[in-house]
Amino acid sequence: MKRKLTMIQAITEAMDQKMAEDSRVMLMGEDVGVNGGVFRATENLLQKYGANRVVDTPLAEAGIIGAAIGLAMNGLLPVVEIQFLAFIYPGFEQIVSHAARMRYRTRGQYHVPMVIRTPYGAGIRGPELHSESVESFFAHVPGLKVVAPSNPYDAKGLLIAAMEDPDPVIFLEPTKLYRAFKEEVPEEMYRVPIGKAKVVREGTDLSIFAWGAMLRVADEAAKQIEREQGVSCEVVDLRTIYPLDRDAIVQSVKKTGRAIVVHEAHKTAGMGAEIISIINDEALIYLKAPVKRITGFDVPVPQFSIEDDYLPTPGRVMSGIMETVTY
Amino acid sequence: MSPLYQVLTPEGQLVQDIAGLPDEATMIKMLENMLLVRLFDRKSINLQRQGRMGTYAPFEGQEASQVGSAMALAPGDWLFPTYRDHAAAIVHGQSMMRVFLYWMGHMEGSISPKNLNIMPPCVPIATQMVHAVGTAWASKLQNEKHVSLAYFGDGATSEGDFHEALNFAGVFKTPTVFFCQNNGFAISVPFEQQSASKTIAQRAAAYDIPGVRIDGNDIFAVWLTMKNAIERAHAGEGPTLIEAMTYRYGAHTTADDPKKYRDQDRLSEEWRQERDPIQRLRVYLEKQGLWNEEKESDFIAGAGVKIDAALAEAESYPKSRPEDMFKHVYAEPTWMASEQEKELVKPAKQEGIPA
Ligand SMILES: Cc1ncc(C[n+]2csc(CCOP(=O)(O)OP(=O)(O)O)c2C)c(N)n1
Repeated sequence: MKRKLTMIQAITEAMDQKMAEDSRVMLMGEDVGVNGGVFRATENLLQKYGANRVVDTPLAEAGIIGAAIGLAMNGLLPVVEIQFLAFIYPGFEQIVSHAARMRYRTRGQYHVPMVIRTPYGAGIRGPELHSESVESFFAHVPGLKVVAPSNPYDAKGLLIAAMEDPDPVIFLEPTKLYRAFKEEVPEEMYRVPIGKAKVVREGTDLSIFAWGAMLRVADEAAKQIEREQGVSCEVVDLRTIYPLDRDAIVQSVKKTGRAIVVHEAHKTAGMGAEIISIINDEALIYLKAPVKRITGFDVPVPQFSIEDDYLPTPGRVMSGIMETVTY
Repeated sequence: MSPLYQVLTPEGQLVQDIAGLPDEATMIKMLENMLLVRLFDRKSINLQRQGRMGTYAPFEGQEASQVGSAMALAPGDWLFPTYRDHAAAIVHGQSMMRVFLYWMGHMEGSISPKNLNIMPPCVPIATQMVHAVGTAWASKLQNEKHVSLAYFGDGATSEGDFHEALNFAGVFKTPTVFFCQNNGFAISVPFEQQSASKTIAQRAAAYDIPGVRIDGNDIFAVWLTMKNAIERAHAGEGPTLIEAMTYRYGAHTTADDPKKYRDQDRLSEEWRQERDPIQRLRVYLEKQGLWNEEKESDFIAGAGVKIDAALAEAESYPKSRPEDMFKHVYAEPTWMASEQEKELVKPAKQEGIPA
């Protein structure tokens, strides 16, 4: 049966189906129970699975993540919701010093199969500190996997894969895309593998690498530049930020000879630098132009009257494309 | 101020007739365990001085707190030690060989014996307390009768994680025992400057859980309080906060000089003379006819042999290989780390490098 879901519905369905299948899966966080999550990602799950499996916790990120670490070490599969990415910092210590390291510290005796889900990214007219994209913090820490879907189909498949992953996964949900559009999502359970990118648009002149909400900006730019200038862009959705899909990056660059990276995170020490580094290592001689980054700026994400000026736009991406192809 | 619960006075007498005291064999084991870990501790300090071990965190003076609490545990229970609680870990079944390995800088020193849930020593202060809430919560949800015991110091009670752990444990009634060894100092900062609350035990009231302040150099008080806390946990009544008043005779670590911040010689001598945990149990057991000098010298000789054997085993433990650092980061290694590993282990290019 064909049905179309929003990303948030796809995410709910992934948790619902996994909870039905595996009684070890539990959800925990602030307002995830009765309220069903501030974005309704956990809507109706409390009614369905009870208060032992969908837990409204005290407002305490270190407590939530730290307790989830213990739960995961002792046989359960916690899926934690952090209300907004910028509120993860009180729990950051628990993520980087403990969730990420437990397997290592215990030489494989204990591990932490947990998922930390959190909305991230700008473009939602949110108050201060509701719009950050600091995926680099987590990509920098060995022991974590970092995933960011760009559409409902991938969101469901990646989240199921994340819940089945034996390692802790930071699951970044682009807030702007939660309800932006609907897409056909299969009813059955399926997995989108972590660590695998996807070519969403084939092209010959230049590769654009993006993820999350920026994927759509990149795609929009690609469409327009093709129409207006006849430049054919290949758009690659990285989907996983750590570990990166090197083969997909390199293959695409070998084919097109030019690349840009689009991300809304700050430019300096953002993942764009890492992707360019991979291209340097593996495909330098295929390059006809330096690889450009179209990114957010090295400033705090501003409040929403000028939020759009912070974010890469299709226009900025198109100028980047033109500079690269005319280099 | 909450009263200080004491069973055995520093003079080695029972404060009052008391029900539920450990049986004679357990009492003897208590003394033996305390003697063993004190020897272990002193040996470790010497090894550090000889350069055979890295920086080490001693615990002498805190034996009753660690030994008494760990002896109350059952095999399936979870133990979350800090860097100072290896006595507790040893008593709960960690091998001395592993503890030596840990302080000698081997990652394998953190491996817990099979069927015992002994966590690696936790270095960031107070962070393990929330994990002990989580494992206890999981035990409860899975109907397993196990408690999780988290050790921490007085300094840890200033951290947010202390509060979050107690709050979570109270809300979800997890079978967690929070065991604070209040040794009066967090490195150089005395408790009065750490906290305006007079005691740590009183803070339990804020979470509506029981808080007990005990003489941490009185192993009977420690053991009985732990037994109570475990019983409550098993009965579904949730967590307990225990504040054990004790003192560490020596430095914070072998890299620290306590003379800089406390009247080291006088204070340590005072505690040693007046409140030593081993001495009071020894006196008590002697009066009961359960212990004497001969037993003690026999035991110490035997313990020395065991410690030396553990040390020999640790020192001849196969040296970790550089590539071991790449193991156990993920269930399956990532391509990034795997390539870096190859880089590390490939023989260095000799060309052009002068010998
Ligand atoms: C989060 C954190 N901050 C600072 C330190 C450095 N540090 C190590 S031990 C210590 C004092 C801890 O005192 P306490 O909790 O009373 O335990 P004790 O060492 O007395 O057993 C400090 C500040 C640390 N390990 N972790």
